[in-house]
Amino acid sequence: MPRTEIKIGGFGGQGVILSGYILGRAASIFDSKSATMIQAFGPEARGSACSAELIISNEAITYPYIVAPNVMVVMSQEAYTKFSPQLAQGGMLLTEEDLVVTHNLRSDIKHYSIPATRIAEELGKRLVLNIVMLGFATAITNVVGREAARKAVKVSVPKGTEELNFAAFEKGYEYGLEVLKKIPEKSLA
Amino acid sequence: MHADPIGVQTGAHFIDGDHSCAEGAIAAGCRFVAGYPITPSTEVVERMAERFPFVGGIFIQMEDEIASSIAIQGAAWGGKKTMTVTSGPGFSLMMEHIGFAAMTETPCVFVDVQRAGPSTGLPTMPAQGDMMQARWGSHGDYSIIALSPNSPQECFDLTIHAFNLSERYRVPVMMMMDECVGHMIERVVIPEAEKIEIVERKMYEGPKENFQPFDAGRDMVPMMVKAGDGYRIHVTGLTHDERGYPNMTVNTQGRLIQRLMDKIRLNADDIVMYKEEDVKDADVVVVSYGITSRTAIPAIEQAKAKGLKVGHLRLVVVWPFPEKRIKELARHVKSLVVPELNMGQIVYEVERCAAGQCNVVSVPHAGGTVHQPKDILAAIEKSLRGK
Repeated sequence: MPRTEIKIGGFGGQGVILSGYILGRAASIFDSKSATMIQAFGPEARGSACSAELIISNEAITYPYIVAPNVMVVMSQEAYTKFSPQLAQGGMLLTEEDLVVTHNLRSDIKHYSIPATRIAEELGKRLVLNIVMLGFATAITNVVGREAARKAVKVSVPKGTEELNFAAFEKGYEYGLEVLKKIPEKSLA
Repeated sequence: MHADPIGVQTGAHFIDGDHSCAEGAIAAGCRFVAGYPITPSTEVVERMAERFPFVGGIFIQMEDEIASSIAIQGAAWGGKKTMTVTSGPGFSLMMEHIGFAAMTETPCVFVDVQRAGPSTGLPTMPAQGDMMQARWGSHGDYSIIALSPNSPQECFDLTIHAFNLSERYRVPVMMMMDECVGHMIERVVIPEAEKIEIVERKMYEGPKENFQPFDAGRDMVPMMVKAGDGYRIHVTGLTHDERGYPNMTVNTQGRLIQRLMDKIRLNADDIVMYKEEDVKDADVVVVSYGITSRTAIPAIEQAKAKGLKVGHLRLVVVWPFPEKRIKELARHVKSLVVPELNMGQIVYEVERCAAGQCNVVSVPHAGGTVHQPKDILAAIEKSLRGK
């Protein structure tokens, strides 16, 4: 896998940073890839749109910042408006279906969406929305393996919440597989 | 000697450079930290404060950086391995006591997670603007050692090395990190305790009567005793003789300062550390350190793709400067290119060593982010023009 730049956006409290952290941990600890995550600091990290930026690669990561994300996961409208123009040519956009209305989307972007909040609520806790998104992103992008992601979830969530988070991850992952099935094969790059 | 397993969290972690630095310090045996937390170094002391109760360490949040930088020296004379942690504005305040540590030969580690300055500058953004300050910031003549990590893994490895060098040579050692490396999260592999080499302070255990705390002998580094163990010691920033008593004469000053310089200068071959790639037959060598060594790599690859012969020398130890190696390279290459996140600091050392034998090109940056590889590439190409 070549250098893949990933940006996850949402608003403070959605677990944006944690989902980025879990993805990076999955890649670098459980999937023998390289991962570099940069923490955004400043007023934008508390309250409105916040983001996590990471790079995953099979090779050593040199330049530490993302230039144009190949993958973007957004969980709020504000994050969509603010970050989506940065997407690389032909990049993937993954959105929370009920929270993000995509408009003026460039035609080169591959767009996938999931009602992650509803799925999280059905599981009993809206809080696990980020892990639903993580499962979805894992299935769609394949930047880390399913097992690696599960292991990273296990060691990264608070003790006692592992089962709930596994369930959230699996729901998101399965939803992602279903979405992929509906897409004609030739349009998958 | 090996690390005490109590402080070593063996395994693969996904942590940032600041936390990794803290883990390195604990693994090295650091058990006293005094600091005045400042962005972007705060996470180092946060981790120390959290971990210390479990390893028998003491963390004190002091009233300021001046107090922090002297509290660690008191603790060092009490027998502890000690460290303080700061960023540019605090580093400036610590300068007086860096000189004191050099003069009194107090082993201790100063971590500077650099942000863009001068003054309060850009608190949350990276720079490498304190490199000359680390070497020359205190008044008078003295020598120090400074290291420059380029990844969270190196924040762990080099913090251990910083303590080892500090104990070996009894000098303040500077860990010159930057905001990017400090806040960057990557895999950090912490080995088993028995695989971590630790250098312990040479302690004097002979008879008390004739003990002279600053009698260095041929090693140039005197043995230490712990305050309170019954040996007569006197520690002063004044020019002192072998007994440690003030002796303000030209002869004593000359002898003491010469030794403080020589113990680093004459051991430079053992201390200097750099990594080279493709420098043999290179026309251009990029000389970099810290985070800039990573942004230089894509530029070097792009230059090679254009058919240029480009090598890379990365300073791991910045002070003492590897002057022998730079002098050698200057005789063989057409140019040396020096990117750094400041307006040109280490490039002066490179120019001094090159002494006109090759072209030296600075790639300055005021800080706030890292170089764009294309800027380093342009400098590589420019450095060959007219040669």
